[in-house]
Amino acid sequence: MMTSAAPVHTPADLADALALRAAHPAAWLLAGGTDIMVYLEAHAIDPPAFIDLWGLPELRGVDSRGDHIRVGACADYTTLIDDPAVRAHLPPLVEAARTVGARQIQNRGTIGGNIANASPAGDTMPVLLALDAVLELQSAARGLRAVPLADFYTGYKRTVMAPDELIAAVRIPKPAKADRLHFRKVGTRLAQSISKVVLGGRLRLDGDTVTEARLGWGSVAATPVRSPKAEAALVGQALSPSTIEAAVAALDGDITPIDDVRSTAGYRVRVAGRILRSWLESLRG
Amino acid sequence: MAGAGTTPDDPYIGRGFVRADGPAKVTGAALYVDDVRPRGCLYGATVRSPVARGRLKGLRRDPDFDWTDVVIATAADVPGENVIALMTDDQPVLAHDELRHVTEPVALVAAPTRDRALAAARHVEVLYEALEPLFDPLKAADNPIRIFGDDNIFSRLEMVHGDGLDGMAQAEAAGARLVRGSYAVGLQEQLYIEPQGMIAQPREDGGLTIFGSMQCPYYIVKALKRVLGHDRLNVVQAVTGGGFGGKEEYPSMVAAHAAVLALKTGRPIKLIYRRDEDLQATTKRHPAFMTYTTAVDPASGRILAADVDLLFDGGAYNTLSPVVLSRAILHALGPYAVPHARLNARMVATHTPPNGAFRGFGAPQVMFAAERHLDRVARAMGFDPVALRRTNLYRDGDVTPSGQRLFDVASLEVLDRALAAAEAPLPPSMVATRPGGGQAAGRRKAGRGLAIAWHGCGFTGNGEAALAGEADVSIDGHHVLIHTASTDIGQGTDSIFPAIVADVLGVDVQRVHNAPHDTADVPDSGPTVASRTAMVVGRVVEQAAHSLLDALRAEAQWPGAEDADFDTLLERRPSDAPLRVRARYEDAGAEWDPETYRGDAYPTYGWSCVVVDVEVDTDTGEVLYRRLVQATDVGKALNPVLAAGQLEGGALQGLGYATSEAVVLDDRGAMRNNRLTNYIIPTALDAPPMETILVEYPFAGGPFGAKGIGEIPHDVPAPAVAAAIEDATGAVLDRLPMTPEAVLDALEARETPAETPGAAR
Amino acid sequence: MKIQFELNGAPTAVEATPMARLLDVLREDLRLTGTKEGCGEGECGACTVLIDGRAINSCLVPVVQVRGAKVQTVEGLARDGRLHPVQQAFVDHGGAQCGICTPGFVVAAAELLARDPQPDAITIREALAGNLCRCTGYQKIIDSVARTLSGDEEAAR
Repeated sequence: MMTSAAPVHTPADLADALALRAAHPAAWLLAGGTDIMVYLEAHAIDPPAFIDLWGLPELRGVDSRGDHIRVGACADYTTLIDDPAVRAHLPPLVEAARTVGARQIQNRGTIGGNIANASPAGDTMPVLLALDAVLELQSAARGLRAVPLADFYTGYKRTVMAPDELIAAVRIPKPAKADRLHFRKVGTRLAQSISKVVLGGRLRLDGDTVTEARLGWGSVAATPVRSPKAEAALVGQALSPSTIEAAVAALDGDITPIDDVRSTAGYRVRVAGRILRSWLESLRG
Repeated sequence: MAGAGTTPDDPYIGRGFVRADGPAKVTGAALYVDDVRPRGCLYGATVRSPVARGRLKGLRRDPDFDWTDVVIATAADVPGENVIALMTDDQPVLAHDELRHVTEPVALVAAPTRDRALAAARHVEVLYEALEPLFDPLKAADNPIRIFGDDNIFSRLEMVHGDGLDGMAQAEAAGARLVRGSYAVGLQEQLYIEPQGMIAQPREDGGLTIFGSMQCPYYIVKALKRVLGHDRLNVVQAVTGGGFGGKEEYPSMVAAHAAVLALKTGRPIKLIYRRDEDLQATTKRHPAFMTYTTAVDPASGRILAADVDLLFDGGAYNTLSPVVLSRAILHALGPYAVPHARLNARMVATHTPPNGAFRGFGAPQVMFAAERHLDRVARAMGFDPVALRRTNLYRDGDVTPSGQRLFDVASLEVLDRALAAAEAPLPPSMVATRPGGGQAAGRRKAGRGLAIAWHGCGFTGNGEAALAGEADVSIDGHHVLIHTASTDIGQGTDSIFPAIVADVLGVDVQRVHNAPHDTADVPDSGPTVASRTAMVVGRVVEQAAHSLLDALRAEAQWPGAEDADFDTLLERRPSDAPLRVRARYEDAGAEWDPETYRGDAYPTYGWSCVVVDVEVDTDTGEVLYRRLVQATDVGKALNPVLAAGQLEGGALQGLGYATSEAVVLDDRGAMRNNRLTNYIIPTALDAPPMETILVEYPFAGGPFGAKGIGEIPHDVPAPAVAAAIEDATGAVLDRLPMTPEAVLDALEARETPAETPGAAR
Repeated sequence: MKIQFELNGAPTAVEATPMARLLDVLREDLRLTGTKEGCGEGECGACTVLIDGRAINSCLVPVVQVRGAKVQTVEGLARDGRLHPVQQAFVDHGGAQCGICTPGFVVAAAELLARDPQPDAITIREALAGNLCRCTGYQKIIDSVARTLSGDEEAAR
C-alpha cells in the first residue's frame, strides 16, 4: 500500500468537470483507475490532485449514430464487449477489448482512460487507428474539437490534449461492407498480458484490388502508430504475393521497436512482418 | 461426505473427503499473517544493497525526511551471531562488511504504519565502495574474484557407476554410437500468491514468538537461537498462502529481521514483503548447464554408458545448494537403466541473489536435460522416441547409479496409461479453445510430446534416520489432537493427518484435529519439504495413533481391553489424566554412504508420464497448450481429490517453467521483471484441460502405501513440451524457458537449409 | 473524508483518504481481511470484490469511487450461515488449496454465475483469467464452478 494524500475533485456533471479541469491544470483525470492506481503503488507519479470522471453519466454512453458509433470516454471494456452495435459493426474492437487485462480490468478500465494513458502497448489503439477513430476533445473555453486518433500522439506518453481539455468521446466510423477487419495481439500470455506486438487492420477491397488500407500497431514504436509506407505499398495494388511482400518489406520503415523486459526489437520486427503477411495472405482466399 | 464414523469397510483414506480448512478458506475467515494485527504493532521494512558487490561504508539518512517515529536497526543490533544458520554460516542476517548481491539486506526500519516504514526505507541510502562482481557461472570456478571458499565452489559431487568411463570406451569399441548434447535452464520463481511475511512478538519472559508464513517452523527455531543468542522463542505457523520451497529456508531471514526489530523496539513487528521486493530478494530455482554424452547400441537403442557434467549456479550464498546438487546428480540419468556412468556436478557461487529450494529441488533441471537428450538420441539414430524410452526405462530389479536395486517400478505402467488416455478424445465438457486473439489458424501447427520422470521420495540416503522426525497424538476430551511441525501450505497435510488417525482409531474425522503448528507444543517432525510429509511424517502419525491405542489398552485394567475399540477404551479410562504419546521415524535399514554416494539413495521412487498437446504459432513462436494428460504413481492416493489437485498444480508450474517463466536480470543481477505483469505465470486461459491418472504401486514404508507426490509433477512437463514443439514444427529447443522469442529463433534456424537435423537417419 | 457505501448489504461509513485503496480500507479500517493482497497492481485478482455486482480488483479502486455503491466482499457471499453455492462447490471439489487466491476466485465466480448460471469450460476460464492460482493448475477450480449447484439442486441436497 502507498496512499496518495492528494485531494479528489468530484464534478457533479460534465460542465463542472470542464470547469475543474480549467481551474486545476496539474490535476490528473481519474476514470477507472486501472493505470493510475498502479502508478501510485509504484511511486511513478505524484499528482497534486485528481478529478474523478467515473461517476459522470455523460461520459458513459455507447450510441450508434448513422455512419458511426460514439463511445463515451468512460465507457468500460465490458460495456463495449456487451454492446450490440459494437458487436455488430466493430468485431475487432470487441476482440481487442476481450484481451485487455481480464474480467476485473475490463469491468473497470475505460476506453478514454487507455487512450489518454498513451501507452504504446495499449490493446485497443491499433484497432481504433485502423478504424479511423476520432476523439472528441472538450474544454470549457473552446468547446469541442475533433482530433483523429492518428494525430493524437506526439511522442512517448505525450499527446495533443491541452491542459484544460478532456476526452469526451471516441467516434468510430462504421466500416463498409467491403472492409476486411483484423485484430491480432501477440502477448506474453492469453490473459492479463501486455502486448509484444499488436496489429489492427482494415483493408477495403474492390475485387482483388486494395482501395484503402489502414494498419494500426502497438508496441512497435514510442506510441501506437499507423504504418503509412506499408499502407501505401498496398493501395491501388492487386493483393498478390508480390504486393504482400512489398508491404511487409515497407513495414520495416514504419516501425521502430525497442528491447524491453517483455521482448526484443528483433522479435517485434520479425513478428510484425509475419503477422501482417499471414493476415494479407488469408484475404487472398 | 464425512459419515458418522469409519469402519474397516468405509475408511476415509482413499476417498475424496473434504479438506478441513475448506470452509475457512472459501469464506475468507482463514487468517494469514497479514490478516493479523497485534496490539501496538509496528511495521517493518528492509533496506537493501543497490549493488551486486561492494564494501559497505555506512548508511545515510535523508535529512529532509521526518525520522521522529522511525527506528533503524543494523548488523550492530543483532544480539547474537550475525548469521542465518543453515548448512554453512556464510549468510549474514544483515550485511556488515562486504555486499555480495543486489537486494542483500543491509538495515531494517520500523514505523507505526506500513506506509511510513516503506517510505523510511526508501530514504536510507546505502553507502558503498563498488567492487567488480562475478556473474557468469561458467567462469566462477577458480575465478580470482572470490565469493566462497578458495574456488567459488559451494559443493562438488562425483559418481562412478559400473565401469564409469571405461564402460563408455568399451561400448564405443563394440560399435556403440556416441551422442552428445548440451542443455541449459534458467531461473524460476516459486511465486506463491501470498508474499513472505512474519510477525515477531516480544514475550513476557524476554523471549519472542514468531508467527508467519512458512514451511519449516524448526528451521526458524534453529536459525533464531543463534541470532538471539538464547532459545526463549517459539515459532507458530500462520495459514500459509503457498510455498513450493520458497518458504523453506527464506522465512528464517524474514523472521530474523522481524526479531531484531522487535527486540530493539520492544514492540510486535509485522514485516510483510511487497511483491516486487519478494521477487527481487528471495530465492529462486537454480539455473543449470548440463552436458550429456551417451553411448547407445545402434541396433537395440540400449543406452550402454553415460558421461554427465552438471554446473549449477547457487548465487551469492550457500543456502541449501549442496542438497539441491545432490538430488540433481542422483536423478541426472532420468528413469533409465544405464550400466556404466560417470557423473560430475558442481555448484558454483556468483554475485546474484542466492538460489534455494523450489519444488523438485534440482530434479526438474536434470529431468529436462535427460529427456531432451533421449529425444536427441532418437533424432540422431532414427529411433521412435516412445520406443526408445520403453527400451531403456527402469524395470524391477534394475540398479541405479548409486547401486540401489529397484522394486515395484511403475515406469511402464505410467507410460502405457498416459498414452492410452491421451489417445481417447478430450471430453467435450473440458474443451477450452482460446477466445479472440486472432491467430491465423493456418499458421498453427499441432504437436504432441511425452516425457517420463522418476523422483526419489523423502530425504536422500540416511537423512530420515538422522533426523528421526517425531509426531505426537493426544486425547482432548472426546477429541484427538495431532501435534506435528508439518505445515499445511495448500497441499492438504492438515486434512490428511486427521484422516489417517481417524481410520486407525475408527472415529469420525470431525473428532480429530491438528494442534496449532507451534514449536512450543509440537515436536520436530522435520521440515515440510522433499515429498516427505505425507509419506514419512504421515507414517509416524499413523504409528502415533497406534501407540495411543496401545497406551489406552495398557492403562485399562479390565478384561477384554486388548480387543476394545477406541471409544470404549476412552469411556472406561481409569482417570481423565492427560494422555499424549509420541512416535518417531523408524529407520527401515537403508544403507547409504554419503562419502561414496553408494547405497539406497531414497526410500522409494515415484514415477510419472506426461503427454502434452500443443499448437505452435509459426508466425510468432507462441505455444498454446491444448491438453495435458499425466499418469503418476502415488503409491496410494490418501485423498484422490487432493492428490490430483497437487499433481495438476505442479504440472502447470512445469508448463510455466517450459515456456513463459523467464527471469530477466539487469546489469546488477537484479530481477528486472519483478512484477506479476511481466513475470509470466499461466492464467486459467493459458492452462490446458488436465486429466490426471493416479497409479498406485504401494510403498510399504508409507501410510497405507502412500508415496510422496509433491515434487514429481514439476519434473515432467517441460521436456514433454519441448518434444511437442519438435513434433509440431521440427524445431529443436534445448534451453528453458522456451519463450516465443526462443521458439521463433528455432523455427527460423530450421527454415534455414544450411543445417540438416537428425544426421543419421 | 467520510465515505458512505453499502457493504455486504449494510450501510457503512468510514473516514478515509479519498485515494486510499478500497483494499486497504476493507482490510485495515473495516477489518474484513478475507479480501487478500497478492500483487497490488491488478494482476492476481486475490483482492476481487463486487462493486454494484461487478468483479473489480479492490487494489485498483480509490475508496472515493465507491461512495453510494454496493460493495460485496467474500465475507458477504454466505447467507444465514450457509455457504454460497460456489463456495460449497470449491469445498467439495478441491477448488481451494493454499487458499490465498480462493476469496478472489469465489467472488469472480459468483459474478460469472450471476450472469451465466451454466457456463461451459471456456467461459469459466475466460471469466477467471484475472485470478492467478499457483496451487491447483486451475482444473479443480474450473470443475468447482462448473459443478456449482443451482438453487434448486442446492435445496435438494
